[in-house]
Amino acid sequence: MLPVYMISGGVSKFTKARPDVTFQRMVKEAYDYALKDIGLEPGRAFEIVDGTIASYFSDHFTRQLKAGSMVQDYLGLCPRPSKRIEGGGATGGLAFQSGWEAVASGRYDVCVVYGFETMSHVNTWKGNEFIALASDTNFDYPVGGFYSGYYAMMVVRHMKEFKTSVEQMALVSVKNHCNAFHNPYAQKRMKIKIEDVRNSEMVAWPLTMLDICTMSDGAAVAILASEKALEKYKLTDKPVKITGVGGGLDAMRMADRPHRDVILLPHEKAEDYKGLKYPGVHSFRAGRVASKEAYRMAGITNPLGDLDFIELHDAYTSSEIQTYEDMGLCRYGEGGRFVEAGKPFMPGIDYGYKFPEQGKIPVNPSGGLIACGHPVGATGIMQAVFAFWQLQGTIGKHFGNDFLQIKNARRGAIHSHAGTGTYVVVSILERGF
Amino acid sequence: MAEKKIKLPETEEGAVIFNVPFPEDLSQLKKMAPIIIKHHYEIDYIHSYGQDSPFFAGLANGKLLGTKCSKCGYTYGTPRLDCMECGGECDWIELPKEGYIHTFTICYYGSEEFLKETPFILILVEWPGVDTLFLSRLVGVDPKEASLDWVGMKVRAQFKRLSKFKPTDVYFVPAGKKNK
Repeated sequence: MLPVYMISGGVSKFTKARPDVTFQRMVKEAYDYALKDIGLEPGRAFEIVDGTIASYFSDHFTRQLKAGSMVQDYLGLCPRPSKRIEGGGATGGLAFQSGWEAVASGRYDVCVVYGFETMSHVNTWKGNEFIALASDTNFDYPVGGFYSGYYAMMVVRHMKEFKTSVEQMALVSVKNHCNAFHNPYAQKRMKIKIEDVRNSEMVAWPLTMLDICTMSDGAAVAILASEKALEKYKLTDKPVKITGVGGGLDAMRMADRPHRDVILLPHEKAEDYKGLKYPGVHSFRAGRVASKEAYRMAGITNPLGDLDFIELHDAYTSSEIQTYEDMGLCRYGEGGRFVEAGKPFMPGIDYGYKFPEQGKIPVNPSGGLIACGHPVGATGIMQAVFAFWQLQGTIGKHFGNDFLQIKNARRGAIHSHAGTGTYVVVSILERGF
Repeated sequence: MAEKKIKLPETEEGAVIFNVPFPEDLSQLKKMAPIIIKHHYEIDYIHSYGQDSPFFAGLANGKLLGTKCSKCGYTYGTPRLDCMECGGECDWIELPKEGYIHTFTICYYGSEEFLKETPFILILVEWPGVDTLFLSRLVGVDPKEASLDWVGMKVRAQFKRLSKFKPTDVYFVPAGKKNK
């Protein structure tokens, strides 16, 4: 496999609705930003782009089949080859890895990965119905298909098994909303307290409105390149290398998840988990295998020490806590205490609480899905772009302020997750200069 | 900050219009607000339950069916005809009427189709000796009394007399004493 670099990225401002543009033009905003950032004229881009990956989740939201080819022609990239990737909530992360595959295989030297979603085209509850169709339509959807309900059931089991509390979950919301306060691309920028989360409307017990991400319109673009292209075109002196990719899957029906032994990461021992039935519905086995594969490829043996930050798929505060464990930042069962100790908070930002270990490993420095929004096909690519800027040290340039810049960030992980932990992908990005 | 905004609900009916104002100066068009129309979409699917069909026939006849692998013995609380453990073909079995709550939630909101039924309770049911779970509704408890103590509650399957051939033809009610 050839080395693959990310050389530029762009994100449209995520927002509840973008009725002023169609999806093609929304992608063009992100694309133009990415080109401009490396001083690439669109005409020249056409000459050097070998192919693209289109990332969008739901044909129901788009009400337009083959939307990917319409983006391609709008960007002026015909007749270059392209393909569409779809994998629920993980669509963006999967598409990013598809771009990696295209360059790593030597097929493309320059690959544009673009993603979008237009969720404002139906009301929120119809949107929830579309999303719930990503559950078994024979056995699960007709019982009361609702993703917030599914995740609530998963965390109730986590609470029962490990004594995780709703206040610990609320801290994730506090952190991510407060981080997003400094991110101009985020949809929800606010400083909140634990009580605000608990007092907001109950959606699916015990998850409230502020435990859950919102529907969004948005687009994001990542431009990937081979070493050859890097040297030939000299587009950036701050490339970021993709050093690890991993993926995993689990049964669509939560009811079908097995109850066995924990799949161990290199720094864990079987004795850590005596009597724990795994993954059940309390943990995401796919997230564990995705992490394990990506870590192995990147040579990471102790994620907590070897990573400087993580952008992970916090569609729910609960799933962020569950993901700390899948990714091996702490042992299974310790996710609640991990956030309570302040470890995933940004260092140097005042959240209104005192934490004993604040800033150990910032998780979702951008504000994550909960605060940035979750336009599905764009989300995983947005994570890549924010991680890319972190590693370049250019957050100040792109956000207009430096609050969220992690000093000397050299290596980060992005994590994209679909339907109650079905598709999960993890990619490792490292400073390449 | 986290409180719900006071506002009238947005609804999707509106006036039918057949024209809009138009500027003489075409350079003004880029400043035009977007035209947003309502587009109705409705469809009836001819959906086959395929190899899962006996499950729905079972519900109509007051039986909750799972499957058991004829090769490795893995037992499914939600049926599948081919074993995901060993690839063997499964046989249909009747599940016990009584099981236990593995986990639950109360949905105060839901997908549009189920919004009118809120609040409703979703549970995953477990049975001793059955390897996988089953998603269903729980009725007969007060949502306001939700607590983690509900996990482990013994529940009993009840069936709708007039079958709709949906998985909701079966639902669960509390069956008395707690298991654990």
